[in-house]
Amino acid sequence: MRKEELSNWGNYPKVKAELHFPESAEEVRQLLSSAQRLVPRGNGRSYGDSSLGKAILSSKRLDKFLAFDEKAGILHCEAGVLLSEILEVVVPSGFFLPVTPGTKFITVGGAIAADVHGKNHHVDACFSEHLLFIDVVVETGELIRCSKAEHSELFWETVGGMGNTGFILGASFRLKPVETAFIRQESLKAKNLEEVMAFFEESESWTYTVAWIDCLQKGKNQGRSLLLRGEHAKKEDLPAKWKEKPLTQPKKLQLNMPMQLPGFVLNTFSIKAFNFLYYHKQFSKSSKAIVPYEPFFYPLDFIHNWNRMYGKKGFTQYQFVLPKEKSREGLKEILDQIRISRQGSFLTVLKLFGKSNPLAPHTFPQEGYTLAMDFPIRKGLPDLLKKLDEIVLKFEGRLYLAKDAFMSKAMYEHTYPEFPKPSIFSSDQQIRLST
Amino acid sequence: MNILIFGANSDLGNQIAQIHASQGDNLFLTARTEVQLDRIKSDLEIRHKAEIQTFELDAIDFEQHPQLLDRIEISEMDRVYCVFGYLGEQEKAEKDFGESRQIIEVNYTGAVSLLNPIAEVFAQKGAGSIIGISSVAGERGRMSNYMYGSAKAAFTAYLDGMRNRLAHKGVHVMTVKPGFMRTKMTEGLPLAAPLTANPDKAAKIIVKAASKKKNTIYVLPIWRWVMLIIRNVPEFIFKKLKL
Repeated sequence: MRKEELSNWGNYPKVKAELHFPESAEEVRQLLSSAQRLVPRGNGRSYGDSSLGKAILSSKRLDKFLAFDEKAGILHCEAGVLLSEILEVVVPSGFFLPVTPGTKFITVGGAIAADVHGKNHHVDACFSEHLLFIDVVVETGELIRCSKAEHSELFWETVGGMGNTGFILGASFRLKPVETAFIRQESLKAKNLEEVMAFFEESESWTYTVAWIDCLQKGKNQGRSLLLRGEHAKKEDLPAKWKEKPLTQPKKLQLNMPMQLPGFVLNTFSIKAFNFLYYHKQFSKSSKAIVPYEPFFYPLDFIHNWNRMYGKKGFTQYQFVLPKEKSREGLKEILDQIRISRQGSFLTVLKLFGKSNPLAPHTFPQEGYTLAMDFPIRKGLPDLLKKLDEIVLKFEGRLYLAKDAFMSKAMYEHTYPEFPKPSIFSSDQQIRLST
Repeated sequence: MNILIFGANSDLGNQIAQIHASQGDNLFLTARTEVQLDRIKSDLEIRHKAEIQTFELDAIDFEQHPQLLDRIEISEMDRVYCVFGYLGEQEKAEKDFGESRQIIEVNYTGAVSLLNPIAEVFAQKGAGSIIGISSVAGERGRMSNYMYGSAKAAFTAYLDGMRNRLAHKGVHVMTVKPGFMRTKMTEGLPLAAPLTANPDKAAKIIVKAASKKKNTIYVLPIWRWVMLIIRNVPEFIFKKLKL
């Protein structure tokens, strides 16, 4: 047990917590017998309070690979293994993660608890889709192996369940075969929201799609963005220098954000300048390239501790999804609201989700557009978020729990009606949203 | 190389194993239970495609040691790390000899029981390397952990003498004094960050020093100075301090 002040990736909120690092189901069981509330936590890369609490059950020491079937492409590992470690092991063997979020520094347990999605949601759905089984220690201390066929109720409650059903000990899942460690990428410049939405719809057959939006533009420039689409490159796509070792990435520079930046560094002006440069870094309407997988999937992992950019007060991520037919109108209203508030987000990401899985009630994605934004914590923020919440509700969308730190109880109850009541495994977020 | 690690389920032992596995060495690992060994083994095999053999071993089950060392075929080993240890609870040990005994036996007697025959075999073949993980706590007894410190002091002296003896036979002996490390053993203790090493960093330093055939190392250089001061505080002052 260790005592520490900690927060998740947004540096907001902070809690004083007791940390426990079990290595087996037995140790979890012992802790359960004496604790009031134990919050499961992986690498702390969710943004708000979703893995925070007074007593934390960390999966950090559950960091072992248990089995890797290289013929079938099936990996069985403990819950605390990071996606980055998995990539190091499986890419040289010709496999890739079936689904990955925008950072590889999350744990397998976290990926399941938040049922993460990636740039390929419209093709490959969420992480849960690729799971063969999960081992969970439930409230009673019992270790249960659950899957889509076996104890399926527990399985579907656990994926996207934010740790509420129990402590995930390990999991087995299917990997995706790849020929190279590279991505064949195309980037398209869209001059406004209409255009980028058209690009999304015409890119449906691409495995990976995502767009970076400049959220401060207005009028006919509103929604100006760069859309990226990609496919795992085939061996013959590679330039000669990479062909010899197609499954090895070229070495790259690592940067670190050495300290918290003072709050004033991020202001409307700097955000505008950044977005201007980002949009104009590409002159032509479209460009093609073969790039290593890391900058394609994890552009921000390249700067360690980039969250420090937001200073001591921290930041929140606001990610919502709107039903497809209401997306255009809803996105317009939301972008208007953000521009008026002058609290522009540095990096704003737009993505078109595919169909949702009716069996997984807590999994965030539903068919339609999702927008993710960063907002530094400051005085006017709660008001802005409240206004955004109202628009999201009006258009029948909902928020992503893994990033939320501000949602109201009413909105939660309306948009996640099936979420279970707080249990011994509830996080501060669950308590905030249900009491 | 053939690498033997006693205490491979410790954070430090596991990190040392990771480094050697990534270098393509063959690993012979011991831990207390089969369950622990299975997860360490599969993990190293998958991460590094390494050759791993595992052996259940309790540091204080002395009867079992000779038979186990036979099975490992220690004459085939090139380098042996003795990593296991037991911090125990000082206050409990003061009142309960059982706890004191556990501390002494894991940290000292168990190590001697395993390393004596290895020293013998290495001396005969005139090669090999023995690395003992001792502690800065062995340099001067302090009220907060002198039971552990005294056992580690004994281990340090044992390694010193063994180095003196085996130097004449071409066998390398290295003593490691880690200082604070963020591990299972120190969980819950308030550790000063500048004095504290993470096990992965500590393992890198230890493996590198072993390859260079160093004698005694502190994992973080600052500990050399910290301990120089602690050792040299005059006793009439030291005994008034609450260290």
